[in-house]
Amino acid sequence: MLNNFKNLWGALLACLLVFSVTSVNAGVTIQSWQAKSGAKVLFVENHDLPMLDVAVHFDAGSRRDIPKRLGRASLTVSMLQLGAGGLSEEVIAKRLADVGAQMGASFEPDRAGYSLRTLSSAREREPALQVLATVLTAPDFPETVVQREKARVIAALKEAATQPASIADKAFSKAIYGAHPYGLPADGEVEMVAKLTREDLLNFYQLRYAAASAVVAIMGDVTRAEAGAIAERLTTGLVAEVACEDIPNVEPLAKAYSERIAHPASQAHILIGAPGMKRGDADYFALYLGNYVLGGGGFDSRILKEIRQKRGLAYSAYSYFAPLKQEGPFQIGLQTKKQDADTALKVAQETLVRFIQEGPSAAELKQAKNNIILGFPLRIDSNAEILNYLGVIGVYDLPLTYLDDFPRQINQVTAREIQDAFKRRVHPDRLVTVIVGAPEK
Amino acid sequence: MANKLLRYLCVVGLSLPLTSFAASEAQEKILPNGLKVIVKEDHRAPVVVSQVWYRAGSMDESNGTTGVAHVLEHMMFKGTQSVPSGEFSKRIAAAGGRENAFTNRDHTAYFQTLEKSKLELALKLEADRMHNLVLSDQEFTKEIEVVRNERRWRTDDKPHGLVYEQFMAAAFNAHPYRWPVIGWMNDLEQMSTQDARTWYQRWYAPNNAVLVVAGDVKADQVFRLAQKYFGPLKAKPLPLRKLQAEPLQDGTRRLTVKAPAKLPYLLMGWKAPVLRDVVKDSDPYALEMLAGVLSANAAARLPQSLVRDSRIAQDADAGYDSVQRGPGLFMIDATPSEGKTVAELEAAIRAELDKIKRDGVTEEELNRVKAQVIASKVYQRDSVFYQGMQIGEMETAGLGHRHIDTRLEKLKAVTAAAVQAAAKLYLVDDQLTVAVLDPQPLEGKKPVAPPKGLHHGS
Repeated sequence: MLNNFKNLWGALLACLLVFSVTSVNAGVTIQSWQAKSGAKVLFVENHDLPMLDVAVHFDAGSRRDIPKRLGRASLTVSMLQLGAGGLSEEVIAKRLADVGAQMGASFEPDRAGYSLRTLSSAREREPALQVLATVLTAPDFPETVVQREKARVIAALKEAATQPASIADKAFSKAIYGAHPYGLPADGEVEMVAKLTREDLLNFYQLRYAAASAVVAIMGDVTRAEAGAIAERLTTGLVAEVACEDIPNVEPLAKAYSERIAHPASQAHILIGAPGMKRGDADYFALYLGNYVLGGGGFDSRILKEIRQKRGLAYSAYSYFAPLKQEGPFQIGLQTKKQDADTALKVAQETLVRFIQEGPSAAELKQAKNNIILGFPLRIDSNAEILNYLGVIGVYDLPLTYLDDFPRQINQVTAREIQDAFKRRVHPDRLVTVIVGAPEK
Repeated sequence: MANKLLRYLCVVGLSLPLTSFAASEAQEKILPNGLKVIVKEDHRAPVVVSQVWYRAGSMDESNGTTGVAHVLEHMMFKGTQSVPSGEFSKRIAAAGGRENAFTNRDHTAYFQTLEKSKLELALKLEADRMHNLVLSDQEFTKEIEVVRNERRWRTDDKPHGLVYEQFMAAAFNAHPYRWPVIGWMNDLEQMSTQDARTWYQRWYAPNNAVLVVAGDVKADQVFRLAQKYFGPLKAKPLPLRKLQAEPLQDGTRRLTVKAPAKLPYLLMGWKAPVLRDVVKDSDPYALEMLAGVLSANAAARLPQSLVRDSRIAQDADAGYDSVQRGPGLFMIDATPSEGKTVAELEAAIRAELDKIKRDGVTEEELNRVKAQVIASKVYQRDSVFYQGMQIGEMETAGLGHRHIDTRLEKLKAVTAAAVQAAAKLYLVDDQLTVAVLDPQPLEGKKPVAPPKGLHHGS
């Protein structure tokens, strides 16, 4: 059994960054172990508030969808709470509400699961955890509910197909990933969802919701012993092993690709990008820090300065890397008045090219480092945020020292490393450009 | 090594019992110039939130310059006599901070979240732009374009945003809640630097503001810093705020909005009272509980009856906000399932409301909503920012931050009979406005043609 004990934040903040040493309350001590069920557990004990947050994630995100059953992964996770262990969805909802607990499903490319927030006294905590355990380990997938939810998903897909932001997102993912699962529409397609059956969902659940792939994050007002029992309770009824199916590699783009989609909206939605980087990528810190300067740092970033501050072309303009198990998207995005679409596109492209050529200036680098390093306490100032980090660290197998390392790693990055990383990883002549609502050519 | 030792001390510190974590009362002090300073100490994390709230929102605007409160909010980042344009944001970012601002119908607020030792920077910069803003034509000309693009993005291209905007314009004839916070596009096109300047000179004064600081700080120290930076600012005579009572609505109002979409959408709203006296009022609390019984959780009436049982709705929600300066609305919005009409959906919603008017609500479902109220009192303490928001909202609505807990107690005391009585009294047709989205095919509306010869893209 793995048993790591690692102090993180209190030491780092109070001691390395010359902030006040009295801030021991900010300490984040992550404990991690493997449950008997095989699940990986990450726990931060904190009794400041009489509440408990729990999240359980599985390797059941959209990357586990297949083309002929699009939407299966998404529908499966949303169905878990709509009937389980013989309890109707109504009874499940009532049991949670009766104790003031909040439970919700989450769905991302690499993971799917549930999180629960409850008061920590036994009167509230026990019924709330019992509901979560039932939902995770004994979903019923009632046939009538499956049919109803399919209808709701289909209606939502049809609606999304009329809205420019959704149209752009879908076209962008497809263009940068092709047939790779990251390029599939996460909520499916109307025709495929219509064909999904209860058996499809049940099979997917049995295949993917396995204890061995479960990551249990626990944050708040319970002891280590209680956390241990909670983790067992939430994962013991799961199948032990997850099916092992490799996901194909993400292929870099071979050439530039541009798509213009007509839409009557007053603004054009512009997305530019390519597959970017992985979690734990060797270039992670250089690209992350560099992106602050390019388009991630709000008013500090070149993209917002050029597009918005200097020219008033858009309200929002940004760039980001979304790191995943495999190369997640690098994206530049903005919305601008239809007639300005080509101007804004040109400015965004030129800003990117110049940044790759020049790299960040010394002043930009310093500003970016200051913001990220000095602002690090803001990222872990609530139970909700720490729970989120526990999930990320667990799912992506990041070291338990991740929070500890983060500001230090950022601090070590040089301008040359950023320039070098961008040159190797972002190729302006091989990017996807999607414009929804562009003026007709 | 020193670092190692400190690290050890930190670890030891963590294992000690954390004392005095009872929620501390917020403390307040009014500076001689009228600025109210409210401090909510919360020592869980070494972080502080600073929020400056101005009691000036879109309801203080006039027809012809709608949106000016929000435009000024944008201009507040465009430089003072000593801090050049963009520098405010740059300095906060350099200190590791996050910052932004928001404009609402009732107020405009500016906020920064920082590591606790950086509070002074935020107060210094906020005090400066409360008094020394430079409004240049050059900056205004660019920023008004940003705001027009914001309007397109927020409202013009969002079908539900358009419906809400039109709904408010129909529900209110006279009260300024009738125009959108972002402003009508025509007013944004006509707006001048002078409009923004007039607004700034009229409303930006210490005696029209509340400074809320929440987080890992000591109240005394915050009061000292506030005095140091805001103290020298002069109070201004504020314009008389005339009461703008909305004439009594007597008859249902109906409107339709066409926009590119697939699903129709229904928005219903009834005129309703809001809190004016936290202790003595009772109906606003009953209406809050009514909204809770209708849709506060997945087992509530609207999702249970309309989404799950009859399957007439794709989704359905009730909403009511008792804390605001202007007149209130009790709202229900819903999307019909495919194949169902908005008329059928409206009839189903009315049937649910009639059931409550006729049979009341059960103790069980009322207690379920109260459980959420009780739990939320703990949950909201997880966010220092939210604690500051609550204080600012109560203050700018004129209710007072000291009544935050009173309000929760009053909610817990609402009876089933009071909920039923409020439904009967307020959810009546004569007070109702109904807006409907009539979805249009994408091909139906021709895009605005760009000027010829302007585009030379690849």
